[in-house]
Amino acid sequence: MIPEIGQFALVLAVCLSICQAVFPLAGAATGRNDWMMLARSAATGQFVFVAIAYVVLTYAFLNDDFSVLFVANHSNSQLPVAYKFAAVWGGHEGSLLLWSLMLALWTLAVAHGSRSQPLEFSSRVLGVLGIVSAGVLLFTLLTSNPFDRLLPGAIDGADLNPLLQDPAMVAHPPMLYVGYVGLAVPFAFAVAALLTGKLDKNWARWTRPWTIGAWIFLTGGIALGSWWAYYELGWGGWWFWDPVENASFMPWLMATALIHSLAVTERRGIFKSWTVLLAIAAFSLSLLGTFLVRSGVLISVHAFASDPTRGLFILMLLLVISGGALVLYAFRAGNLESEGGFKLVSRESFLLANNILLVVATIAVLFGTLYPLFLDAMGLGQISVGPPYFNMIFLLPMLPLALLLGLGMHSAWQKMVPGALFSRLRWIGIATLVVAIAYPLVSFGSTSVLTIIGLAAGIWVTLSSLIEPISRWFNSRAVRLTRAQWGMFIAHLGVGMFIVGATVTSAFNIESEEAVRSGERWEVAGYEIEFRGLSQVEGPNFMADEGEFELRRDGEFVATLRPQQRQYLVQTNPMTEAAIDDRWYRHIFVALGDPLGDGAWSVRVQYKPMISFIWWGCIVMALGGLLAATDQRYREPVKQRKERKSPGNAAVAQGST
Amino acid sequence: MWRYAIPAVILLVLGGFFLRGLNLNPGYIESALIGKPAPAFSLPNLETPSELVSTSDLAGQYSLLNVWATWCVECRREHGFLLDLEASGVPIYGLNWKDERPAALEWLEVLGDPYIASAVDYSGDIGIDYGVYGAPETFLIGPDLTILQKHLGPLSPAIWASKFAPLIEAVPGQH
Repeated sequence: MIPEIGQFALVLAVCLSICQAVFPLAGAATGRNDWMMLARSAATGQFVFVAIAYVVLTYAFLNDDFSVLFVANHSNSQLPVAYKFAAVWGGHEGSLLLWSLMLALWTLAVAHGSRSQPLEFSSRVLGVLGIVSAGVLLFTLLTSNPFDRLLPGAIDGADLNPLLQDPAMVAHPPMLYVGYVGLAVPFAFAVAALLTGKLDKNWARWTRPWTIGAWIFLTGGIALGSWWAYYELGWGGWWFWDPVENASFMPWLMATALIHSLAVTERRGIFKSWTVLLAIAAFSLSLLGTFLVRSGVLISVHAFASDPTRGLFILMLLLVISGGALVLYAFRAGNLESEGGFKLVSRESFLLANNILLVVATIAVLFGTLYPLFLDAMGLGQISVGPPYFNMIFLLPMLPLALLLGLGMHSAWQKMVPGALFSRLRWIGIATLVVAIAYPLVSFGSTSVLTIIGLAAGIWVTLSSLIEPISRWFNSRAVRLTRAQWGMFIAHLGVGMFIVGATVTSAFNIESEEAVRSGERWEVAGYEIEFRGLSQVEGPNFMADEGEFELRRDGEFVATLRPQQRQYLVQTNPMTEAAIDDRWYRHIFVALGDPLGDGAWSVRVQYKPMISFIWWGCIVMALGGLLAATDQRYREPVKQRKERKSPGNAAVAQGST
Repeated sequence: MWRYAIPAVILLVLGGFFLRGLNLNPGYIESALIGKPAPAFSLPNLETPSELVSTSDLAGQYSLLNVWATWCVECRREHGFLLDLEASGVPIYGLNWKDERPAALEWLEVLGDPYIASAVDYSGDIGIDYGVYGAPETFLIGPDLTILQKHLGPLSPAIWASKFAPLIEAVPGQH
């Protein structure tokens, strides 16, 4: 009986989302205030019913209701309770419900955070979000109903995929979805602006915190996914250019471009049609990602059970939502006039270059992801595109981006004297080169051109992000940085850390794979490893062989590592649980491979210098985003803002020299 | 202004490809090749490139052709099981696909070599003949060089028992 309540709540949520789509948009077109006022209540109601449906499904999981097909397929009575909560999004149907819940949550936040905006505008925003909600909820209800019954019910469930039974995997999908779905908000703002025909600096100011908010979650979600792949797949890689990874990475690149282009629109009233296009593209790529993952057109480790009807439905959704927005764009974008110009050397130029490079990188990734599909569709056979293509094609636009990033941060709006820029940054440039050349030679005793280039890019970005906050720290008369400026410097510092981490890890990773018996010792990267023996460990729903390894350096004890090879009781495929000795400057990664007979085991040990910088970099980036999104100017209503002349908001370069 | 219509046109073209792609489930090839003769190849042997591995080596027995590469995560996952299969007497040939020789040799040395021989296909040409979408893929080839089964993704005991073992007519030493 209870699952039917969930289904009914879902039906009501669809009805409310249709109201939320139709009345506010029609009201805004015909000037009927009462219809426009409906938007907020409809959005609130929609949220309530989606939440009820979600709670009901969770309840079914907690109570082991195996008469619900989705629960029977993705849970088991032995599954630990924490993973029962997570199992709700462990399959296609439930994760779609989570998607809807996140969208309803963002809609609710927009509905209540947009009270200071003109009614006509905010109701259009909510109307557009209503269209998206209606589409996704209908998709859930018509093709992927999580409340479908299995009668008679199963005695026990098929269990959650063991790969997903991991803390990082519990947090990764919701976080990623919050980000994915959050991009619907700037999308709705963009479409509303096209409908209204008015796009001013206020528009950019409203849109920006929402975009950064979605971007923060996307950053966190992608980083968690990468961290999970690193230690759970037992291979030690942190990025595989898998189609599904790409599907989350492309919206991130676009959102990054959008944040920067919004900065220009907000400050200077230019790049308007470009900004709108980016906002549409970012969300379209989220939808495209959903399509690629769930339709089965591409094969991936992540692929959900594929079903052509589902694929067709999402494709239609993509064409209606993105296609509709782009057609509107074709007719209206010409009306968005720029309010000024800028000189060649200016912050605007650097941000324009940033946008072009990010878009080029996105297109390269998109092309690589879809290339097998293109060839197949044209009858030219089936192929797959491997990491070598992506690594090269992605690095090409990223290296100039890193160089320009440092220059752009220290340039003024409108016009910058090149000589001033040079004198500000020359010491950083020299320091960058010295460190990039010396560090690998001193620390690792070797280097290569690519390593130097990568390191130089990372150090350059890091130093140029640090110099301004540090120099202001020591100069008591300097104007204080605004929170948005802090955000910018910190986020870019994160980028620098990430590049350094990725470069050093790729260049100086040491990998060894040995067949060892209990008591044997061997050496990897200056560390001595001893295999102390193997024991059987029993988990709540798995059995594991656990190896004990002692790590020593120069005879001194460093750590004891206990990697496992798990065998889950229901889904019997073996799972590797790597053990990592985690220091900020390096990881020692030990994974137990397969038994080779006669008590010998294959053991993989990897020495990964600076790898934690990859994820710390992402955390720092997200932190920078958080500071930027909570800047004073996004929190006060328009009127007060006009009276206050924003202090210290001028380009950093002007303020301090 | 027409240039503002370009994004909409791009989306339309992409949409067309996707619509076509939906009808071309990548699993489709799986059944298309089954029952057909295995596409002939004659490729350098990974360990001794001066010698050739060719389809005729596979004739007269039930054998597996396993597509693998060192960059392939899932290949590592199935490797242990391939070694088990080899130990139980199943002849396995490898197609070392889109890889690099030093890495591939090291892989076999470190992880063990379940293959009678690995054919080198670094350009991916033979992979195209076999409709290889990605590694790992495994083909079951009959004594008359007919493709009897194809599996996308890593092999496991369960898949072996359900998809492969029933197709192999009782041959001594094979499950």
